Amino acid sequence: MMKNMIILIAGVIFGIGLILSGMTNPSKVIGFLNIMGNWDPSLAFVMLGAILVGVFGFRKAEKTNTTLFNEPIHLPEKTHITKELIIGSFIFGAGWALAGFCPGPAIVALGAGYREAIIFVVTMLLGMLIHDNFYEKLKK
Amino acid sequence: MENFTPIQSLIGGLLIGLSASILVLSSGKIAGISGIVAGLMQFKNTPKHHYLWRVLFITGLLISSYLYALFTPLPVSEISASYSTLVIAGLLVGFGTRMGAGCTSGHGICGLSRLSLRSLLATMSFMLSGFVVTYLLIHVI
Repeated sequence: MMKNMIILIAGVIFGIGLILSGMTNPSKVIGFLNIMGNWDPSLAFVMLGAILVGVFGFRKAEKTNTTLFNEPIHLPEKTHITKELIIGSFIFGAGWALAGFCPGPAIVALGAGYREAIIFVVTMLLGMLIHDNFYEKLKK
Repeated sequence: MENFTPIQSLIGGLLIGLSASILVLSSGKIAGISGIVAGLMQFKNTPKHHYLWRVLFITGLLISSYLYALFTPLPVSEISASYSTLVIAGLLVGFGTRMGAGCTSGHGICGLSRLSLRSLLATMSFMLSGFVVTYLLIHVI
């Protein structure tokens, strides 16, 4: 119960962080991506701030290897670089630039009631389903 | 540069890093939003605990605007993309984050915090792609 409450609160903190940082404002995101124009570098500070704290959190997680509730921590162990990793990231970046939304901020904006965010999130789910259910099977 | 908000963005970032740290230390999970969401749509042989933490974290994201607005006015999300552009963008983001196994949060924040080379390459790829596509949209087309 305690753990569930903590996860919910973590989600709220994540969302508030996104709102405060400017990530939930697509025009701000596009201003950040527009390096050849009237560049607004603010969002680089989001990553900086998040990593400054995250380094400590993840270092502790890797050191203790158990959660506060004494359950094992399994962090991703993949280290190989695949063409899927690179191509997929390029596809994602293109969509990010087109709308100014990435997954987290889009869900927060959906919660705020933006119709555009509903459209984006629904088609994002569709894109995920297409990948996981059709593309993955096609490859095999 | 008139919209430059380094302090606010930094504070927002610190909160995001705090959240990711809380999540990994309390439940051993990675705060990668695309992975969390996609996991909600895996229905085969999936135990209940697979869903619970995902539902809770996403619920937190969904109610964060409401809670924020209780204390201070919610900043406006200025969305210039047309509905058809949003559809294409959504499909690309959904497909691409699954193929690349992560998004801005999973690779850009959690992965880089763990000094993962994979995440560094993924982050450089989606940033470069974002820069190029933005350039094409604003300065070429």
